[in-house]
Amino acid sequence: MTAPAVDARRPTDDGRFGAYGGRFVPESLVPACDEVDRAFRAAWADPAFRSRLDEILTGYAGRPTPLTPAHRLSAELGITLLLKREDLMHTGSHKINNVLGQALLAQRMGRTRLIAETGAGQHGVATATAGALLGMATTVFMGQRDIERQALNVFRMRTLGAEVVPVHTGSRTLKDACTEALRHWVTAVADTYYCFGSVLGPHPYPWMVREFQRVIGDEARGQAAAALPAGTPDVVVACVGGGSNAAGTFAGFLDTPARLIGVEAEGGAALSHGTDGVLHGFRSKVLQNHEGQIAEPHSIAPGLDYPGVGPEHAYLADHGRARYVTVNDTEVVAAVHRLARAEGIICALESAHAVAWVLRAVTTGEVAPGATVLLTLSGRGDKDMATLMELT
Amino acid sequence: MNPLETHTRRVRDRGRKLLVPYLTGGLGAGWTDHVLAAAEAGADVVEIGLPFSDPMLDGPTIQRASDAALAAGATVDGILADVARIDPGVPMAAMTYANLVFRRGADRFCAALRDAGIAGLIVPDVPVDEVEPLSRAAAAEQLDLVLLVSPATPAERRVEIVKRGSGFVYTVSLMGTTGERPALPESAGALATALKQLTDLPVLLGFGVSSAAAARAAAEHADGVIVGSAVMRKVLAGATPAEAGGFLATLREALDRPDD
Repeated sequence: MTAPAVDARRPTDDGRFGAYGGRFVPESLVPACDEVDRAFRAAWADPAFRSRLDEILTGYAGRPTPLTPAHRLSAELGITLLLKREDLMHTGSHKINNVLGQALLAQRMGRTRLIAETGAGQHGVATATAGALLGMATTVFMGQRDIERQALNVFRMRTLGAEVVPVHTGSRTLKDACTEALRHWVTAVADTYYCFGSVLGPHPYPWMVREFQRVIGDEARGQAAAALPAGTPDVVVACVGGGSNAAGTFAGFLDTPARLIGVEAEGGAALSHGTDGVLHGFRSKVLQNHEGQIAEPHSIAPGLDYPGVGPEHAYLADHGRARYVTVNDTEVVAAVHRLARAEGIICALESAHAVAWVLRAVTTGEVAPGATVLLTLSGRGDKDMATLMELT
Repeated sequence: MNPLETHTRRVRDRGRKLLVPYLTGGLGAGWTDHVLAAAEAGADVVEIGLPFSDPMLDGPTIQRASDAALAAGATVDGILADVARIDPGVPMAAMTYANLVFRRGADRFCAALRDAGIAGLIVPDVPVDEVEPLSRAAAAEQLDLVLLVSPATPAERRVEIVKRGSGFVYTVSLMGTTGERPALPESAGALATALKQLTDLPVLLGFGVSSAAAARAAAEHADGVIVGSAVMRKVLAGATPAEAGGFLATLREALDRPDD
């Protein structure tokens, strides 16, 4: 099987992945986005910037992460399952890859302050961490409902010196935090850098965040080449909320024959159940009603509780280069337990979506016996213990 | 020239400063009485907000008004049906966000506005770089597509925006969301003056025009003002159409008698 010719290496100059992406923001933010775009292109082409980022990713954040063979689970399932271990990154998830890149960029641009949106708090904690590391003031916008659900991460952010601003509008969750952060950015563009947490937002963010996350896929590709007789896995799978860990993982395998599978939460599946829309500055698939009012998603995994998805995923889906599927909360909780007992790894509820799909796909034959599967384990599960305790 | 721009130019050329109040559509059963009262109080154009669940450029007052209207069941179709039943005697312009426009399709959306008797459209999250399909759809329905200029807009973009926009130029007075402010920043007048040198379109100032004094200050440089949050705060607090109209009448007075 050969991979269809899909060129998602970079979007068009105006930020399009096919029909998706673009820059749908108020005029006040257009010059700021332009400036980020110019600065990112220059930085990404600058070996000094790249080596400084590599240094921090390696010496501080824990790269490279291992590709762990899941021996016992593989034997149970009759496949070869390899886990890309982003759960071992500093702060507990892949979010730090992107944040360190953007924070260094912000510093290079002369910005002194970072702002970010957060849902579960993982991106907020990562941003607060980068702010502390680089000596930049950090403000994180978080829905009031998420603040109540994720008290531990709120305390982590405050411990790191960040200001956490509760958002009381709308559904008081991630989408509202994102809207509020954009509103705030309008008032503060002169000294403030908006650090988006996923492959979302106005151009250049979806592309830039994918580039900062592609380290996952690039590393995994090299590691898979060493670990697998065939060189590349048959299937590459990752969970998708906004889609940054999946985009970073897929980036390493787009030009291989590997099947790419993105796993959405049943209650927050913009690709599987959404329609074309514009939210938070970009065009993509969005959960909405017939008039275009944005829906409120529901997932046990707060990191997947977002009504949109990165434009690159909508593009890959349209072209059939990646396939997007859903799993439900029950399958996800079962997957956390199964992986924990088989491999001694408690993964995040978000990452467990990918595990749950593999468990199901082996029984349906979508993953054939003997297949090789590379799965990005995007984060660790410590933050979800309260949720799981309530269920047991 | 489309009907909205014909009207705004005529008012401006008569030496009258334009007063453009914003009212959230669908907020309460008798919401269109506010539109009629605004026209009665001396509005030259009435801006009708079509509420969106995630209004990126709106401050707390308009957010609250939008949320309340949506919670009460407001829909684009319902608001347009209400609008179609009134004739305020001055043009109306719709203000909304990109997703409501593109969900229906720009062509169908613009056709629905025109069928309801609306003459202009303002979509703040469709900047000039993304405006092409919407421009074509609006032009086909003889709707004026009003574009915004911000204090952050570089000089060469200003030229592009005033060239592509029609109806009037919406000058954003400050770097921020909609909402009341104690006074207009000094830079707002300078921006309006600079824009007037670039275009023959009427140049209006909005964002933070909250009082008669601010309206008077804005009109020293601009061809008129857009007033949203100051009037919507009163409507949310239960002001009757006559009371909200009374407030707008004080702005009218300030615009008509700049020397007081």
